[in-house]
Amino acid sequence: MYRFLLAVLRRDLTLAARRRGDWLIAQFFFVMVASLFPLGVGPEPAMLARIGPGVLWVAATLASLLSLSRLFADDHRDGSLEHMVLSPEPTVLLVLGKSLAHWLIYGIPLLLIAPVLGLQFNLSWEAILVLDLSLLLGTPILSLLGGVGAALTLGLRGGGVLLTLLILPLYVPALIFGAGAVDGVMAGTGAEAHLSLLGAFFVLSLMIAPWIAAAALRVSLE
Amino acid sequence: MNLYTYASPANFYTLAGRLIPWFAWGAGILTLWGLYIAFFLAPTDFQQSEAYRIIFIHVPAAWMSMFIYLVMAFWGAIGLAFNTRLSFMMARALAPTGAMFTFVALWTGAWWGKPMWGAWWVWDARLTSELILLFLYVGIIALWAAIDDIKRGDRAGSLLTLIGSINVPIIYFSVKWWNTLHQGASVSVTKAPSMAAIMLQGMLILSIAAWLYTIAVVLVRVRRIILERERQTEWVKALLEKES
Amino acid sequence: MEWASWSDFWHMGGYGFYVWGSFGVTAACVLVEVVLLKRAAGETRRRLKRMQQWEEQ
Repeated sequence: MYRFLLAVLRRDLTLAARRRGDWLIAQFFFVMVASLFPLGVGPEPAMLARIGPGVLWVAATLASLLSLSRLFADDHRDGSLEHMVLSPEPTVLLVLGKSLAHWLIYGIPLLLIAPVLGLQFNLSWEAILVLDLSLLLGTPILSLLGGVGAALTLGLRGGGVLLTLLILPLYVPALIFGAGAVDGVMAGTGAEAHLSLLGAFFVLSLMIAPWIAAAALRVSLE
Repeated sequence: MNLYTYASPANFYTLAGRLIPWFAWGAGILTLWGLYIAFFLAPTDFQQSEAYRIIFIHVPAAWMSMFIYLVMAFWGAIGLAFNTRLSFMMARALAPTGAMFTFVALWTGAWWGKPMWGAWWVWDARLTSELILLFLYVGIIALWAAIDDIKRGDRAGSLLTLIGSINVPIIYFSVKWWNTLHQGASVSVTKAPSMAAIMLQGMLILSIAAWLYTIAVVLVRVRRIILERERQTEWVKALLEKES
Repeated sequence: MEWASWSDFWHMGGYGFYVWGSFGVTAACVLVEVVLLKRAAGETRRRLKRMQQWEEQ
């Protein structure tokens, strides 16, 4: 069971290592979206610090959506996805492995870039630390829930936009708790409540999303 | 003769055809009665004057928007579990009406908010979660529209409804939480007027009217979907033959 | 009875614009849904009949 999960994980990571272009695009997208906001609202440090957590969180959700449309699509095109779903191993593990790989490939770099962007937005070190903590708890949620959307829209025309439409509303709690945690630190009320709610949402997503995504994958491949 | 007879689309088609006028007339009569209460029996509110009368459609519409989503999720779950064709058709037929009621709830919320709070849109917990509910409806309808294959569309839409219905309470809770933390200084939310018995009665009657209306509309829509999907069968051919 | 006259009724204590704006748009939404549904149902029947006639030919 774990061997299968590890095999899926290793396969996706190897593929990602070979195609470094895709990987960089998503990270640059994150940086660009976040950098456009000061140009839009003006450079006053106090205001940037005020909107920073929210902007970075929204940019992170969009960046994760950008890469999610290809979560299953590449394997679907060359036919390997069908083989993996038809194999005796449970589809849930396949989905879980793919979501985990997506998080490692696209989520972890986000954690490394976010502090730099945090500095651009004039956040304090403490706020940046909590921002990274909230992204650490929150980005797996994006990968897990996004897996459901990617499975549902597999092979559809305009799948990428549709995926965004389906999944963004489901991201709302993660966005609220994640950005709220950083806001809480800056307002002096602390981040524990937000972070624990974010953690609870993560556990819930982990328990539910892979099953629904696996069912959706089987439906889409029939 | 048992209940399962009506799980077959052909029998349900006839049954629905017979039921629709009853629900439609019921909805019409209850609407008139409810509006009479809303405008002629309910007294003027001492705080909100006459503007509060919007509540008579706002609250039923908001209830309906959430109920219909849950009913959709229910039919979707039944369809996924027991593979019954009719349940998927019901889920599909419910979505447009649900989206319509969500829009009405948002619209009336805005038009109530303007005179009461001085702004067309307030990021109030209820309005915000209603907006996200509208997004969910739009997503489901868009997914159905994008999938040509009937069987895949049915299941995919139901799965999305299902994960949405698990998420709806969490969204509502998170938005409420967010709202209490960001209680803006400029916006002071006026409490809804205390419920007089006659107001509750009016709202209940209009809610039942909305239910009957929804059932009638959904039955009409289901009948169309049934015809569309069963067009190769003998009974649909015979039916159309008889009409022309 | 709450209202002294019809103009009083339409005026709604100064909130006529908002009250009738809400009720009017709600009525319009319901009306549009019913009309669209009627039209779609008729269209489906006509199309199916046409298809059937083609098959018979």
